[in-house]
Formats: sequence, structure tokens, C-alpha cells
Amino acid sequence: MVQAQSVRQLSFIQAVNEALRQEMERDESVFIMGEDIAGGAGRPDKEDAWGGPMRLTKGLIAQFGPERVRDTPISEAGFMGAGVGAAATGMRPVVDLMYVGFLGVCADQILNNAAKIHYMFGGKVKIPLTIMTGIGAGTNSAAQHSETLYSVFTHFPGLKCVVPSSPYTAKGLFASAIRDDDPVIIFNNRQLMGMRFDDDVPEEPYTVPIGKATIAREGTDITLIGIGYTTRVCLQAADDLAAEGYSPEVIDLLSLSPMDNAAILESVRKTRKIVIVDEDYPRCSIATDISALVAEEAFDYLDAPPKRVTPPHTSVPYSRSLEALYVPDRAKVVAAAKEALE
Amino acid sequence: MVATHTDLNTDTLLWMYETMVVIRRFEEQARREADAGKLRGMHSSIGQEAVPTGICAHLRVDDYVLGTHRSHHHCIAKGVDMSEMMAELLGKATGTNKGKGGTMHIADIDKGMLGANGVVGSNIPVATGVALSAKIRGSDQVTAVFFGDGASSQGSLHESMNLASIWKLPVLFVCENNRYAEATPFEYAVAGGSVSNRAPGYDMPGVVVDGQSVLDVFEVAREAVRRARAGEGPTLIEAQTYRYQGHFGADDPLGYRTQEEEDYYEARDCIANLRAHIVGSGDTSEADLDAIDRKALSAVEAAAKFANDSPFPEDDELTTDVYVAYP
Repeated sequence: MVQAQSVRQLSFIQAVNEALRQEMERDESVFIMGEDIAGGAGRPDKEDAWGGPMRLTKGLIAQFGPERVRDTPISEAGFMGAGVGAAATGMRPVVDLMYVGFLGVCADQILNNAAKIHYMFGGKVKIPLTIMTGIGAGTNSAAQHSETLYSVFTHFPGLKCVVPSSPYTAKGLFASAIRDDDPVIIFNNRQLMGMRFDDDVPEEPYTVPIGKATIAREGTDITLIGIGYTTRVCLQAADDLAAEGYSPEVIDLLSLSPMDNAAILESVRKTRKIVIVDEDYPRCSIATDISALVAEEAFDYLDAPPKRVTPPHTSVPYSRSLEALYVPDRAKVVAAAKEALE
Repeated sequence: MVATHTDLNTDTLLWMYETMVVIRRFEEQARREADAGKLRGMHSSIGQEAVPTGICAHLRVDDYVLGTHRSHHHCIAKGVDMSEMMAELLGKATGTNKGKGGTMHIADIDKGMLGANGVVGSNIPVATGVALSAKIRGSDQVTAVFFGDGASSQGSLHESMNLASIWKLPVLFVCENNRYAEATPFEYAVAGGSVSNRAPGYDMPGVVVDGQSVLDVFEVAREAVRRARAGEGPTLIEAQTYRYQGHFGADDPLGYRTQEEEDYYEARDCIANLRAHIVGSGDTSEADLDAIDRKALSAVEAAAKFANDSPFPEDDELTTDVYVAYP
């Protein structure tokens, strides 16, 4: 007998794994491909040596076999393009791009084909492709393996972009992405993989809608916008601000394209102040986009200019001492919020 | 420790022996630093020392080498300072890259090391451009680019081989085939079971060599470097080798390969091989080689001390070097 009040806790990795498993069970057209998503390919006794670079796909090959859990050579342009072609012809591929920096290898396939085919072909071909990719600094991995880059993808019409912030949102966004008829890119921050969460993750399949933000903490004095990992940072900062007597509201953006403009505007019209916390590069970014939205649509409500907490306009440094300065953290968010509040 | 050794004499043998021993001691020390938590992932080159050593023996200080995410051995064989390398691994201000690049991006242009690179296959077109530059400038400089069997599946290799061939560029495409692209076996991922057989399609020589024999690598490289320097064009070398450790350190390679296979390659260890050859050839005693071993160890210990004693970068280094000038 399951207790009605029990909370089912999963790690971020477990939640993604469960979503992939359930979607593959639900729909035979779903298959996954990428580098070492199983590992030991072609050696039945060594199958699933890795289960994905982040272990997100562990155990799936045992259940679904190598036809549907398909290790690839290191050929990002090749297998990303293959995902586009398979998606155009009846399949629902999930393609793992290990790190978002490897966009550089397969950009043509994502930006020229996945994003544009539906439009260019007059709406007659759908690309129900899901791309999952690892983002984020903080792991001592240097400039090519630590980027965030989701803003680049939001620049392109035709691509949908989502950023889970927790196991619950990860599971639901994966299900939504796989079921969506457009190409959807899911950006998984690597720091979330190692964090503990106390949110309840139902066992039965569910979706978290693409295009909707959620209020992670309600408040009335200031709006903090978080994206994936920075939602966690905003929640920490909100604790600090609350301890000083303020009432911060935290919006967990979840979806960057489409973006829930209404949720942002509704919150800022209530709180009259906004801090956007974004780990992507600061130029032409989702943070600047939100700042522009607020300036254009809620200018008369603002008691202070919109503030952005982002890294500086620089590549991600390797040295830990510099990397610690790079990533937006709790103290920087609190400082920015207090500037707006005071 | 760069030196150009065209002839296989005692000096050359001892240079190659010392280079390989230094690489191994460096990698062992780097692993200890990683185990102590001073860096996270690290791609060890232990087992693969002979490949860059046999190639770089023929290179001058003004020749160029480009590498991969697993490039400590390329750097040392090309003469990059070990102390600065170790400092880079620890993210220190005194590192080759001022702590900004780390283990996957070590570069020292003064030594002709134009960089390790974390994106698989990414450096191969760059190397082709370095060779193009030499040709346009009328220099006889040679470029060697190292990559793995995994990178042989990237379009960048194929595009670069075609360019280098039609333009007769002075470049060596050196595949260190260590049999695994991360955890994916070579025989699964590479059609035809050969990298070197890509060469005829691009109208260049393709050579397979035992990458555990530095002498064999040395001989193959002699002709490839001669050919490049003479303006006769590129060569593809497939050196069959083996990495003794996992892909990045924390992974267990027995998840995807067998103990028997590991034992087979370790029994053909490149350093032990060369040591036996040198002693057998009579000019050099075990004691002489032991002295080289001790020298290598103390050099690595000094590098580790230098790195650990060095300061982290100043905070304002975070935003320097993004541009040459940005008003």
C-alpha cells in the first residue's frame, strides 16, 4: 500500500532516464542515438559499459536493444543529420549531443536543416526531433566543455528550447519534447546531476508543458528569473533575502523558446523589480531578451532598471579560482537584488 | 627536450628513451594530482608515448604539432616545459596558458605546440591551415597533427585530407589508434577496420605502424617528414597503440575491454621495448638507463613542486585575453 503522503525522490539523472524509458515504451518510433549512450558497442558482454556520458541512458539498451539505443561513432554532423532525416520520415529520434560546445561540429544540421525544413517545405514535413545536451561551467572543464549557449538556439525560428531545473521538470519536459512535433532541444546543466532534490517525481508518465514558466517561490517585493541551474541559485538567494525581511518571487523559466512572456510580465507588474540570472554569455542572450521585454512591456511598472546577473563577456576559464568568479552565484544575486530593492 | 634526430644513433635512442620515460612519470604525477582533487578529469597518455616521440624526433623546434584532448605526451615530445604544463593542469598563473586552458588545451607556440583541443577532430583542419601557411610563406616547416581512431569518423579529417592532398601541403596526419573512442570499440565504429585505408582515396600514402615500437614509428616518420619537407605532400600514418588507463581517469576500462587485451598490450610496452633494444645493442648499460630514469623522476618532481608552489591567477585575468584589442 503506497502512502498517500509519500514523496518519490529521484535524482536528475534517474528522472531523465525514467522519462526516456517511458516514452520508448509508449511509442515505438522513439529511439536514441549518441556517443557512448550505451558504450562497449558491438560487444554483447560489454554492453552498456557507460550508459551515456552522464549515465542518463543507463539500462535502456538492455530493455530496448541496440536498434533503438544506438551508439554512434564520433561524428556529430553525421548523426545529428541522421536524426533530422529519421525525424522527417516517421521516427521520433532523441539525439544526445554530449556537450553543447559540440554544436560547432553539427551546427549546419541543427540550424539549417532541423530548424528550417518545416518552414521551407511549406509546412509539409515535420521534424519531431529531440536533442539533449550538457551545459554549464563549474566542473573545471575549460572553455569548450563548459558553455551554456542556449541563447544561440533561441535565435533560430523553428527550434524549441527547454531547460529543466529539477528532476520533476526534467521528466516532464523530456516527455513533452519527445511528443512534440517540432525540434526541441533540452539543455541539462551538469551541476544539477550531482544535486539532491526533495521534489516529488510521480512514477506514472506526465508532461510539463513547453512554453510555460512556473513560480518556484511566491513573493511580492522582487522577481528573480532563474533558468535551469540558476533557478537553484535564485532559490538560495531568495532565502537570504527573506532572512533580511524581503519577499522575493522566483520564476523558474523552464522554456526559452517559446518563452512565457506573460508569466514574466505578470510577476514584474506585481513586484516592480526584476533580476535575471543567466549563465549564458551576456551579449544577445536570453537575459537581454527578457530585459528588453520588461523594458518594452512593463516600463511604467518598474521601480528600478532590470538587472542581469551573468558571467562577463569572456570564454569559460579552466582555473578553479577564475571559474568560481565566472558562474552567477548566490551572493551576486543577492547583491543585484538589493541594489534594485534599495 | 626537443631535438632533431634524423639518424638512428645512440643519441637518438637515448633522447627517445628519456622522452618516453619523462612522459610516463609526468602522467603518473598528473594522476596523483588529480586523485588529490587538484584537477578533475584528465586524459592520460600512458601507453601511447612512442607515437609522438617517434614522430617528433624528426621535427625541428619551428615545426608544428597539434593535438587532442589527450595531448600531454605530444607537448612533452615537442619540447614544452613540463613545469609550465603541470602548473597549467593545476590552473596556476605560471601555466603554459596562464591557467585558462587546462589539461585539454595546453599550447606553447614558441615550442611549435599549437595546442591540444577538446573537440574531437577539431584540430585537423587547423593543422591543414598551418601547413598551408608554411607553403605560402615558402618555409619548409612541417606540421604533424595527432588524432585518435574516434576522430577518424569526423568529417573534418576527410575534408582536411582532401585539401592537403590537392594542395600538396606539408602535413602528417597521425592517427593514434588506441582501439577505443571513449568506450566505443574501433571495430564497431570504423568501417573497413582501418584508418590508413582512407589514404588512397585522397591520393596520399597511408601507412600502418606498430605504435608500441618507437623505432618503427621513427622509420615511418622519417619518410613522411622528408616527403612533407620536400613539398611532396601529406602522409596518413595509423599508429596502432593502446591507452593503459580509462578514457578520462574515473572510468573503468574493463567495462568495455578485457583484462587479456590489457595484458597483451602492457606486455608490449613501448618503454620496456626500447630499453631492451638499447641494452641489447651494447653501447648503453642498464646503469646508464637507470640514471636517465632518476633524472626523469626528479624533473617531474621539480615540475610538481613548481606547479603546487605557484599562485592562482589574479582575479582580473578572468576577462583578459578575450580579444587582442576591444575598445
